[in-house]
Amino acid sequence: MRHHHLRLPLSGIALVAVLTLPLAGMAETVLNRGNLDDPESLDPHRTSTLAEANLMRDLFSGLMGLDPDAKLIPDAAASWRVSDDGLSYTFTLRADGKWSDGSPVTAADFVYSWRRVVTPETAAEYAYMLAPVKNAEAITAGTLPPEDLGIRAIDDLTLEVTLNGPTPYFLQMLTHQSTYPVQKANVEAFGAAFTKPGNLVSNGAYVLGDFVPNDHITLTRNPEFYDAANVSIDTVNYYPTADASAAVKRFEAGELDVNRDFPTEQTADLQAKFGDQLRVGPTLGTYYYGFKIDKAPWDEVALRQAISMLIDRDFLAEKVWQDTMLPAYSFVPPGIDGYESAALDYAGMSQIDREEQAEAILTGLGIGPDHPLALELRFNTSDNNANTAVAVQEMLAPFGIEVSLVNLDTKSHYGYLEQKGDYDLARAAWFADYVDPENFLALCKTGTGNNTTLYSDGDFDALLEKAALETDPAKRMGDLHDAEAIGVARDLCVVPLMFYSYHNLVSDRVGGWGDNVMDVHPTRFLSIK
Amino acid sequence: MTEIPVSAPAPVPADTEGQARSFWAKAWQRLRKNSLAMGSLVYLCLMVLACTFGPMLVPNSYDKIFQGYTRVPASLSAYPRPEMIGPAIEAAAGRARLDLVDWAQTGDRVTAHLQSTRGVDPRAARYFDRSDMLENSTLDPTSQTEAVLTARIERHHFLFGTDATGRDLLARTLIAGRISLSIGFLAGLVAMVIGVLYGAISGFAGGRVDQIMMRIVDVLYSLPFIFFVIMLVVFFGRNFLLMFVAVGAVLWLDMARIVRGQTLSLRRREFVAAAEALGVSWFQILFRHIVPNLLGPVIVFMTLLVPNVIILESFLSYLGFGVQEPMSSWGILIAQGARAMPSAIWMLIFPSLFLTSTLFALNFLGDGLRDALDPRDA
Amino acid sequence: MLRYAFWRMMTAVPTLFVVVTLSFFMIRIAPGGPFDQERALDPVIRANLERTYHLDLPLVQQYGIYLKNLLHGDLGPSFTMPEFSVAELLHAGLPVSIRIGGLALLLALILGGAMGVIAALYRDGWADRAVVGFATAGSTIPTFVVAPLFQLVFALGLNWLPVGGWNDGAFHNLIGPVICLMLPQLAVVARLMRSSMIEALHTHHIRTARAMGLSEAAVVGRHALRSALLPVVSYAGPAAAALMTGSVVVETVFSIPGIGRYFVDAALNRDYTVVMGAVVVLAVFTILFNLIVDIAYTLVDPRVRYD
Repeated sequence: MRHHHLRLPLSGIALVAVLTLPLAGMAETVLNRGNLDDPESLDPHRTSTLAEANLMRDLFSGLMGLDPDAKLIPDAAASWRVSDDGLSYTFTLRADGKWSDGSPVTAADFVYSWRRVVTPETAAEYAYMLAPVKNAEAITAGTLPPEDLGIRAIDDLTLEVTLNGPTPYFLQMLTHQSTYPVQKANVEAFGAAFTKPGNLVSNGAYVLGDFVPNDHITLTRNPEFYDAANVSIDTVNYYPTADASAAVKRFEAGELDVNRDFPTEQTADLQAKFGDQLRVGPTLGTYYYGFKIDKAPWDEVALRQAISMLIDRDFLAEKVWQDTMLPAYSFVPPGIDGYESAALDYAGMSQIDREEQAEAILTGLGIGPDHPLALELRFNTSDNNANTAVAVQEMLAPFGIEVSLVNLDTKSHYGYLEQKGDYDLARAAWFADYVDPENFLALCKTGTGNNTTLYSDGDFDALLEKAALETDPAKRMGDLHDAEAIGVARDLCVVPLMFYSYHNLVSDRVGGWGDNVMDVHPTRFLSIK
Repeated sequence: MTEIPVSAPAPVPADTEGQARSFWAKAWQRLRKNSLAMGSLVYLCLMVLACTFGPMLVPNSYDKIFQGYTRVPASLSAYPRPEMIGPAIEAAAGRARLDLVDWAQTGDRVTAHLQSTRGVDPRAARYFDRSDMLENSTLDPTSQTEAVLTARIERHHFLFGTDATGRDLLARTLIAGRISLSIGFLAGLVAMVIGVLYGAISGFAGGRVDQIMMRIVDVLYSLPFIFFVIMLVVFFGRNFLLMFVAVGAVLWLDMARIVRGQTLSLRRREFVAAAEALGVSWFQILFRHIVPNLLGPVIVFMTLLVPNVIILESFLSYLGFGVQEPMSSWGILIAQGARAMPSAIWMLIFPSLFLTSTLFALNFLGDGLRDALDPRDA
Repeated sequence: MLRYAFWRMMTAVPTLFVVVTLSFFMIRIAPGGPFDQERALDPVIRANLERTYHLDLPLVQQYGIYLKNLLHGDLGPSFTMPEFSVAELLHAGLPVSIRIGGLALLLALILGGAMGVIAALYRDGWADRAVVGFATAGSTIPTFVVAPLFQLVFALGLNWLPVGGWNDGAFHNLIGPVICLMLPQLAVVARLMRSSMIEALHTHHIRTARAMGLSEAAVVGRHALRSALLPVVSYAGPAAAALMTGSVVVETVFSIPGIGRYFVDAALNRDYTVVMGAVVVLAVFTILFNLIVDIAYTLVDPRVRYD
């Protein structure tokens, strides 16, 4: 019954929103955003996807936020102080921070929320975003009570956080939605249904208006938001756009103002059609292949290097991906301040030199067209992944590496990798959760869940641990660089192939859009011209 | 989830061998008079021949990547087009870390002046060969930092254009046809064998057995088809054999229903009753009298089943469950073409033409067969 | 008649039970689980998640829990969208699918039936050839080609219709999806109607009716049409079940919030509960429409009796 009760006025809003769409110049400004998928959840502590992150940044304000250029800015916090040993952070919240029901955002809200994130019952996928906080991991594992988390409300507006070790990227982590606050009274009043339209109380620039799965989500301006005066767009409609070609047509027809993603193989044609409205640029993501390192013959590092040399990354990026990717010779993408990637030795070589060197290595190993080596390449189904794999197959064939291809749907593919199934070479990708090299390199650390290649090296692990305790940022970046030089450049714990680009369609009508490496675009900074 | 409608022709109204033979002969005569059906039959034979032997005869292999020709349009004249040569030399020079000063073309030969402050490596000639537009490239250093490139223009024909990785679409369409047609016929065969046996037994046994067997069909109808396929594909990996087993395993349901209906009515015929009275075993009755009499409707149904299998295969390919690259099927090519639609229209048109014309021919042949096998229409 | 209907209803229960059981175990044997993704979960967090959804229990026990909940009409929460119950998702999507599928079927039956009758009456004439050609084209061109083409022509080219979106079922937004969904069905109905009509026109009692001097309209309308309708009716049953439980392609291309996508998306995401919900809906529809068809048979053709 409640369902029907709620739907009527809300579908009214949607109707108004759609009706006003063609009538430019009306009082209300509406932005229609294509958003890849529907959110799996609107509970910030249970979200994990890119589509959800977009919604969370509009609905909630964390302690820290990102501006249109993805630079760190204070959001719910007005200021902060770090102790000299880097172990203690004291945040002062803004005095004018309010929930959408008008009540103030307090330090106690953050204490409640963070405890909620790490509590085992919450089953938060991104609980590890709070892992640097004292006792967080023990609480998630169920060995300590949530009250032991290293967070304390000193008064209504002062929050003290204690960390396990100095964590230079801690403030970056606070821009992630899993650290955003939820309102205790709201969660307790509605239980699991607190995220439903009409129930949800949030502290961001927008409030939840309507949610019809597979159709749209409507957010409306939050008048209680501390910076509401500078929010220009009144209503945002988020549409799931799983079919990228259909989304492009809707964009062309003006039904969408913004869409993330377009079919990359059409880049040249779309460029001609849409011009500046097509936004492509580097982002913090790496497309890579991984050898199963504990399995012969792939445990032979020279063989891994030889195969890596044979892959013509320029062709992949320029032709197969139509310049929407950049060739990658390191695992950590460029664009992280203060960090210099450790590139593969042959990054500066021409492809011909690489091939000659690789051929020499392969001959030394007794591999060649007369003594071929079979290699099974696995990837998750998509046109671009298939095209990439087919191209790699062709590149390796003349040198006696006979590649067979196996593609599975995404769940089966990753399920197989995570269960440490038997394979030779497998496709994977990694996007940064926060702007720090550690977020990438941890993938090669012994025994971590994402380390599907089962790489293990004492020196590499030691350097990562050393970096974690280092308080001097420059030295720390140096340690991480050294780690990458060992794990990636020397040992190829993963074979980096390409760096991802964001590819957005942004209408000329939309103002305030900043292109940035995190591909983060909160609606509060956007406007309609 | 595909429903195949069929209006079954009347059963062969004969119970002796001689009469049956004359029935088939008459049917063949009738079919031969139907020019549309005969034309379709010829067309289908040609298509099967083209897809079987075509891939060996066309100049380019279906899996050869032409690096310089990703997504080029269909054309009767040879590639490269004149305006493609300059950019190709420049791109290859860029990858060899050389700067292009100028270039000129005389007939089939190209000469270009290149320079680099780091010196010119004669091996870099390979980059120009690799563009698939030039061959026999040689780089002659004229000084420390300069060199002259001489090469011959390599001619390629892409009658159907190329795909996103630069593979010849003509060769791919033909090889895809091989897969689609074999899936169509093999899955049709699987469906037919299971369906005919199941339906004939169910209809012949009648009573409770029939009830139970048909209830099982109902249950299977209600199972979402997509699971079968996901399940089979993830269990056995993705292979060609599996595709038609999966598809065939689903489509026999319609066949079983139709055959059962036919068998039920045949059972009531005098010649079956006579055989029963003579004490012929039910196994013999089934295979001597019932199954041969089902041949007519089954053949007609097959011509409708095969197109359905091909369409179903294309639907599975659209969802990403098709055969493994670098193999392809019409469904996969069409799905790729549909995604590339407004721009690379040739990627959609040619595979679609092949698929559609084949299905048209199968349909016309099916109609012709139905008419030919229906004596009342004579 | 009533007894027959009642008996069929009774057999529906065990049928449903078998479908549910088979599907439950089938989807669970498939490799990969709802929590496998690009980034592996921390084992502790994964364990927490699995406990929340009872995935840590033995499979048979999970099956027991599922059956028990199902008997109470509880389809459980979705795995991928835990804030929605499966019932809520179906409640939102099913009306959309029924509306589009129902309209498509209705149009296909009316238009296809008419086309089939005309083709049969003017057999081998130009109208017949046109119908056969159109019907063949309709059933040979895949929907995933027709639908994007439709958008290109009518939305982007002529600007008559929106490219996609549901817009609360506004008339303009319905046209594209309904037409694209209808075309293959229209083709089948037309072919079916044509051939059964041809057959009916040759039967004894039609010849008799003609011989008795009945008007052509009466012959066709009252006698031939009646028996020719039977194959169409038996086709319409399963077709209705398939159409009203949504179409992945049409829903994806036109961005329609129906339930067709759940069959594929949920299976790919290993969203076990949504998969099962979709299975239950499909099974109920199939059983229901088969029953309706059988009853419709007796109405169309009084010779058919179920006693």
